[in-house]
Amino acid sequence: MSTVPSPPGKRSTHMTSIPNEADPRDRGGPAQPLLIVEGLKKHFPIRGGLLGRPQAWVQAVDGVDLIVNKGETLGIVGESGCGKSTTARLLMHLMTPDSGEVIFDGDAVGAVRGLTVRDLRRQMQMVFQDSYSSLNPRMTIEDSIIFGLVAQGIASKEAKTRAASMLRMVGLTPDMFAQRYPHELSGGQRQRVNIARALTMSPRLLILDEAVSALDKSVEAQVLNLLQELKRKLELTYIFISHDLNVVQYISDRVLVMYLGKAVEIGPVDEIYRSPKHPYTRALLASRPSMDPRRRMEKPPLSGDPPNPINPPSGCRFRTRCPIAEGVCTDKVPALGSVLGLAAHPVACHAHHPGSGHSAAPAEGAVH
Amino acid sequence: MSQSTIAIAGTPAKGKRPATRSFWRNVFRRMMRDPVTMICLGILMLIVLAAIFAPFIAPHDPYRTSMARRLIAPGDARYWLGTDELGRDLLSRLIYGGRLSLFTGFSPVLLATLIGGTLGIIAGYVGGAVNMLIMRVIDIFYAFPSVLLAVAISGVLGAGIGNTIFSLTLVFIPPVARVAESVATQMRNQDFVEAARATGAANWRIVAAHVVPNVTSPILSYSSSLISVSIVLASGLSFLGLGVTPPEPEWGLMLNALRQAIYVAPINAIIPGIMIFVTSMCFNMMSDGLRAAMDVKQ
Repeated sequence: MSTVPSPPGKRSTHMTSIPNEADPRDRGGPAQPLLIVEGLKKHFPIRGGLLGRPQAWVQAVDGVDLIVNKGETLGIVGESGCGKSTTARLLMHLMTPDSGEVIFDGDAVGAVRGLTVRDLRRQMQMVFQDSYSSLNPRMTIEDSIIFGLVAQGIASKEAKTRAASMLRMVGLTPDMFAQRYPHELSGGQRQRVNIARALTMSPRLLILDEAVSALDKSVEAQVLNLLQELKRKLELTYIFISHDLNVVQYISDRVLVMYLGKAVEIGPVDEIYRSPKHPYTRALLASRPSMDPRRRMEKPPLSGDPPNPINPPSGCRFRTRCPIAEGVCTDKVPALGSVLGLAAHPVACHAHHPGSGHSAAPAEGAVH
Repeated sequence: MSQSTIAIAGTPAKGKRPATRSFWRNVFRRMMRDPVTMICLGILMLIVLAAIFAPFIAPHDPYRTSMARRLIAPGDARYWLGTDELGRDLLSRLIYGGRLSLFTGFSPVLLATLIGGTLGIIAGYVGGAVNMLIMRVIDIFYAFPSVLLAVAISGVLGAGIGNTIFSLTLVFIPPVARVAESVATQMRNQDFVEAARATGAANWRIVAAHVVPNVTSPILSYSSSLISVSIVLASGLSFLGLGVTPPEPEWGLMLNALRQAIYVAPINAIIPGIMIFVTSMCFNMMSDGLRAAMDVKQ
């Protein structure tokens, strides 16, 4: 009557923000995608002349559509300069997109009745590639971590407690590390701090922009395992951006392949790696060094550099380097339609679209 | 078994790891270890303390003239550094003169650092049209040679300490603002500033926590080198009759007055000049020491 004993076996949690059963912020249920992006576009002006008027536009991101389901890891791959990082910054609204819609758990970001950018940032955080430059050199680790919480109006004592538990969660002893400065930490430790800083904001979606690319292989593996563990514990959703195909294969559930500001292929990781559809994806996967010296590559899968994003090729942007390019590829931009029979694996290539006019295209109505 | 295994297992010792020294404490420690900086600091402390406690230290009244004791050479038993063209004790006037010379040298730099630094940080962090507006106005001021600008402004406003400080402040704002703008622009694109923006923090908070602490050391290292320029310029304005007015003791003004006696008593004439030289030299070397102490990757 006086004291109600807490039910045995109740999971004790480090942090109050860890969802036990269902996250109260989860609005659409598990079936609703956490993030829907449509027609995301960002062109950077190149200014010149006397009045600084734009002379040309770099088409960094040119109409990217993507969906991130709740609880999955979406990998984004592509070579340098293809717009991966710009996409990440656009999603975080660190840059304003020129056009395109971002819908977070059913709410359009920036719309009248939708989510404000400030609200979005509470639910979405980002880890940057350069672990050193993403920490303020004049701030202790603790101050760096609590900055966001204090800015959100949380008392500094409470914020420090949360920072300590988050540091513990990423495998750093708070007593050892909280009062240190970034230059006293190794690259792996700094990246753990960056992860802790992003996670103290209790986001639902974490964007990892080349977050492990700058680390040694052994440290990289540790951090990847840590990320997997945190994802399970905190019920997170990841967007994992990398140029490292092996890492993406290891961590992703689905993969999006980007080329010159456009998504060329999206699909489940196994399908993409087993049977890539787009010629670019094929070349990308073929560029991986083989573990078997007898299967050494004799000639490069692709030659030449990616075209200039200021003046991309007409039609399909890959046609200048594509081994199977035809006339139709110059004339028409291939849409990221679904490949027949593989609705969850769309590809932007005429050779896979029935009736496109490409000689390799499947006949209309035929099952590919 | 028990004790040693625990130690090998690497159980962290009880109690917190002592906090690492902050950046500024490290800078201070490094400056303390540099002998040249410490000597300059010592000389400057002596001059500053003498200026502050002038009434207690000065052996004579710096305003009392005497036609009978004009231009006594240095080394006199009563007037150690001799007397000036009106028979006033040079040592006392030098001690009192430090007050105005240091004040007119130091305060324009302080004001310009605050105003120019703020303008530069705003221009650099906000960027775009705001940057354009602020920096183009700054450029207009920058286009004039500094001495000419100071002389022109003081000439228009007339002599006086307030006008000297005002005109020198205006001269020093553009270069300080430029330094601040260039560092703040770099800061804006740093990942840690982006990460701070990603938390949804207000801009003033990001500037206060992430930008200002990282731009202070380059700004300080630059503006500290302006102190010596300011002392020389302020003395120069007085020398031209655009700064402090007689009979106030001020090094530049003293130099001007004694200039007429340079053939009669050359040593008396150059003594105020030596004071200006030594002081600005010390500030310059301290500024170099400060820069060296801050120029370590932290």
